[in-house]
Amino acid sequence: MKFTLEGSGIGLLKGLWLTFRHLFRPRLTTQYPDAKLTLSKRFRGNELVWDRDRCTGCATCAKSCPQGNIEIITSKGDENNYVVEKFELDSGRCMFCGLCVESCPYSALFLSMEYERANYRRGELVLVRDRLRLNPNSRRSAYAHPELEPSLPRQDLLIEGSKGSKPK
Amino acid sequence: MPLWPFDNYWAHFAVFSIIIIIFVLLMVMVFIWFERRAFGPFQMRWGPNRSSPWGALQPVADAVKVLLKEDIIPAAADKWVHFLAPIVVFIPALLIFAVIPFHNGYGLIPDLNIGLLYIVAISALSVIGVFMAGWGSGNKFSLIGGMRVIAQMVSYEVPLVLSLIGVVLVAGSLSINEIVVAQDIPFFVLMPLGFLIFLIAAMAEINRGPFDLLEADSELVAGFHTEYSGMKFAMFYLAEYGHALAMSAVAATLFFGGWRGPGDEFIGVLWFLLKVMFIFFLLIWMRTTFPRLRVDQLTGFGWKFLFPLSLMNLFIVAGEVILWGEIPWWAIFINFGAAVTLIYLWSRLFKFGGGRVEVHA
Repeated sequence: MKFTLEGSGIGLLKGLWLTFRHLFRPRLTTQYPDAKLTLSKRFRGNELVWDRDRCTGCATCAKSCPQGNIEIITSKGDENNYVVEKFELDSGRCMFCGLCVESCPYSALFLSMEYERANYRRGELVLVRDRLRLNPNSRRSAYAHPELEPSLPRQDLLIEGSKGSKPK
Repeated sequence: MPLWPFDNYWAHFAVFSIIIIIFVLLMVMVFIWFERRAFGPFQMRWGPNRSSPWGALQPVADAVKVLLKEDIIPAAADKWVHFLAPIVVFIPALLIFAVIPFHNGYGLIPDLNIGLLYIVAISALSVIGVFMAGWGSGNKFSLIGGMRVIAQMVSYEVPLVLSLIGVVLVAGSLSINEIVVAQDIPFFVLMPLGFLIFLIAAMAEINRGPFDLLEADSELVAGFHTEYSGMKFAMFYLAEYGHALAMSAVAATLFFGGWRGPGDEFIGVLWFLLKVMFIFFLLIWMRTTFPRLRVDQLTGFGWKFLFPLSLMNLFIVAGEVILWGEIPWWAIFINFGAAVTLIYLWSRLFKFGGGRVEVHA
């Protein structure tokens, strides 16, 4: 009979040794409210960013929206152009497919990197003009806009260990 | 037995009863916290760390949450059995501490001359409560859980007791305090096989770790406490850790020398607590490592593996006691070699679960 340790309970010891080594490995959890992961550059966050200066009011986005969420009202301007009077988007019904962003011929619409948008009322989910406006604080996603990618930070991968924070 | 704090029987009993109740409740909280914090690193995550520094108040938060919940009694339940079950499960965990010495001779009745018999008898009681819960709930999952705990109990009580008889033979007494006094060499070194069998059987006895078949979530919803909520569920939760505490204390006392250690005239209690925590860490370690056994594997492991090995362990220990009377220190090597050889040989004779089945197409 060949001498082998297999099947004599050695597997139990191997298992115990494996879990014991886990005690000294870096934790994979990110302490969420204290530390946050950097998201993918092409993240489709649940908010949109609208560049008013580039928007011509063509309403291509409104036509491409499968849900019909985007409401856009325009009037005639002085230089034979459209003036956008109302630009509203009900993000409560939005499925973040990104078709509006893809279809915009003037690159005036972007998906954002925001994701903490839980609300108590549905009405608060309707994004009106000022909320959508491009400003220094809005974080635009590079989704369908590869030209933004170099300016965005690299995504955090869970395999690289947990981010920063020690537990309290 | 020193009567403490006053030289009066009734004062002694009253004070120690209160001490034991507070000790068990506090240590259960510590255990719940310790287990959840220890599970974290074992699974490469932090444990609970939100409720206070190091998550120390997590058990309190759990308790408050569970106590505020509605107490539901199912329509099909046997009301009184359903009500009594959590109490019957929890009380034995308290009772075991009556004979555990916290310090040299200090305890409720640490020198009870049938102390070990008392522990064995009491630790078997909680099974009745679990079966009551299973039966009284009027739920098939609960009943299956209750049936399983009986099968488990019958299978594992035998090796448990047989491994304890080895301790009695070496110590020459059933009194717990005298067993501790007899441990110049801790018994887990002197009879490693006996300790291993005791630890495994104790894990099965308190329904923890890989032996938690009676509440196997993946098969039985929550087993015997499927129909329990609120206060009664809290009692079961308390009892689960209470039994883990009791068994850790018994293992620490019988195999690790209880309150004994350097400077035990002053800090015997600390040694005892340290050993209890160490045993509990072993239990956590095994629980987080091993997958749950199947029912047939459970009884098979108990009867085909632990039972014969515990008989052989008893045979070896008894032979040594007859041969030498007082077992010399170099017998450690003989016993350790015997343990390894026996486990290896027995694993050749009895393949656990019939081995791997290869399917050839």
